[in-house]
Amino acid sequence: MIDENSRTILSVQGLRASISGTEILKGIDLTVKSGEIHAIMGLNGSGKSTFAKVLAGHSAYEITGGSIQFEGNDLLKLPPEERARAGLFLAFQYPIEIPGVANTQFLRLAYNTVQTKRGKEELDPLEFDDFVREKMKLLDMKADFLDRSVNEGFSGGEKKRNEILQMALLEPKLSILDETDSGLDIDALKIVANGVNQIANNNNATILVTHYQRLLDYIVPDFVHVMQAGRIVMTGGKELALELETRGYDWVNVDKSVAGIIA
Amino acid sequence: MSDLTNTDYLEYLLKSLSIKSTESLSWLNQLRAQAIDRVSTQKLPTRRDEEWRFTDISPLTHLPYQPSKLECNLHAHDIEHLTLKEAKNRLVFVDGHYSQDLSTISDSAALVIGNLPAFVATHASILESHVGQYVQFDNNVFAALNTAFLRDGALIIVPKDIAISEPIHLLFIATQNEVTSYPRCLLIGEAGSNVTLIEDYVALQQATYITNSVTEISLAANAHAKHIRIQRESAQAFHLANCGVSLAHASNYQSVSISLGSHISRYNLDVRLTDEAAECVIDGLTLISDRQLADTHTCIDHMKPKGTSRQQHKCIVNDAAHAVFNGKIIVRPHAQRTNSSQSSRNLLLSKTAQVDTKPQLEIFADDVKCAHGATVGQLDEEEIFYLESRGLSPEVARNLLTFAFGAEIISRIPVSSLRQQLEQAVLNQTQSS
Repeated sequence: MIDENSRTILSVQGLRASISGTEILKGIDLTVKSGEIHAIMGLNGSGKSTFAKVLAGHSAYEITGGSIQFEGNDLLKLPPEERARAGLFLAFQYPIEIPGVANTQFLRLAYNTVQTKRGKEELDPLEFDDFVREKMKLLDMKADFLDRSVNEGFSGGEKKRNEILQMALLEPKLSILDETDSGLDIDALKIVANGVNQIANNNNATILVTHYQRLLDYIVPDFVHVMQAGRIVMTGGKELALELETRGYDWVNVDKSVAGIIA
Repeated sequence: MSDLTNTDYLEYLLKSLSIKSTESLSWLNQLRAQAIDRVSTQKLPTRRDEEWRFTDISPLTHLPYQPSKLECNLHAHDIEHLTLKEAKNRLVFVDGHYSQDLSTISDSAALVIGNLPAFVATHASILESHVGQYVQFDNNVFAALNTAFLRDGALIIVPKDIAISEPIHLLFIATQNEVTSYPRCLLIGEAGSNVTLIEDYVALQQATYITNSVTEISLAANAHAKHIRIQRESAQAFHLANCGVSLAHASNYQSVSISLGSHISRYNLDVRLTDEAAECVIDGLTLISDRQLADTHTCIDHMKPKGTSRQQHKCIVNDAAHAVFNGKIIVRPHAQRTNSSQSSRNLLLSKTAQVDTKPQLEIFADDVKCAHGATVGQLDEEEIFYLESRGLSPEVARNLLTFAFGAEIISRIPVSSLRQQLEQAVLNQTQSS
């Protein structure tokens, strides 16, 4: 929801990043305020997933220019775990599997770590169990989810729901969902979208990184940005996603002049 | 004792051995005589032997330890921490000798359970048809030595269609310094039976000794056995073990072996699927540090059609330790529609840690599925990043992933108190701060 008086959560200016000497991000500017939902769309290789990982602090990328302010602080100074504790959350496109560790142990460890760093109380296993079961209702998850090893043998939809469950537990100020819709059937997509919509409020913000417009039928963005070759080349409202869906990404190329005006 | 040459060493060991004609049943004496004969014609393996190319066993020649004496001074409270609350039947062997006082047998009506000598007279024919059948000693000097010194051991016979729900705990405790013990186990699962056996090698102190064990398991048609093997010997011990398993029609063998202890250890596991539709699941975890060496050699022999085997072996190696895994899978010409998979995953926690892993597939049938893979490396940076992005520090992330690497195997042990002990052992050995 766009509100003139909302505060700025994320401010990215002129961000450039490389991996192994190859520049992927070539000057990104983006401002995200509380209450807003942004969609970043683009073809494979446009740099949108790299942007998500750079925000979360992946060490493989070298920042070669620009700045990122997160709630007024220099995000680039923080290692990934401190970004998470400060309230930044990345839902992974490919969540890892950790056989041998029960999901509930992992979720509680992450939750208590973040809580402690935020100066709040830890939950013991029983308290946590009540708490996590409540959150699981958001995502229509079965109880055995907790006892299984982290993501091991989970379907694509279950893995993504587990990501959104972590998001619900960690209560981020900024959630970045990297291709959360990929590999989901329509039912799973609705469940995940419903979870995200329930978590979104006036005090937090969401960035959806996606290739397809489909997700945006269920999570309606306030802004749609089109990425191409490491830059945001076009920004518009939710109708831009529909435009992309019918006319394809090539249309952006043709209409670079339009892009310039809107952006 | 000064250093002995290779041949002197074996001769020296045999000197102490004499077969008294007054001893019971001739078949056992004959078997032992054959074994003695085999020992005297063999040598200790060296790294020039293909089966021992990664493992230098020569330090043994400095340790011509005599068989342990029968002198048990242990009381129940000394071993309380080693007992498993789930196990109603527990056979305790102290330095290889059966201790009736420390053992607990509650199912003697349902199954044959006890130490071998107690059954030599009453079960002669069945013993004769199994002992020495699944672990051959013709080309295996350690199995030959074990057989030559065969005096005591565990015997379990699970009768037809009997399922024993609680695990049976075989506890082998080392107490004496500078001795060799020769534990022996025989498990016979009759048709349709089901049992869980825990073979557990422990030390009460950091002594130097040798354990040379042989375990034989025979499963008849449709029999099921879970075999948990824990090697947590003293860090100065030498542990040389052979296990042979024979699987009949549609029988099912599941093994989890955990190697934590010993200065040098070697475990040979040979599983033969002798009839159709037999299944085995072989899981292993080696967790070593300092200058330990742990060598696991397995052979899964698909002799008949429609057999299934799945194997996962993992090693976590720290400091200057050295782990070896050699996994041979044989699919014989007639063993069509065999389905086999093998995975060897190895985690090196230091620059000086070493792993040698060697899958060895010998496939002579054409209609088979055989998958195998091996990895050696450090923790995955993407996995660490995932955990960091959830607020965990890099140290906690690494510790969690290292723990999980071992816990995956431990989680397959169907005895919760044992699982907890082993998870704690993994934590103690892998967690840095």
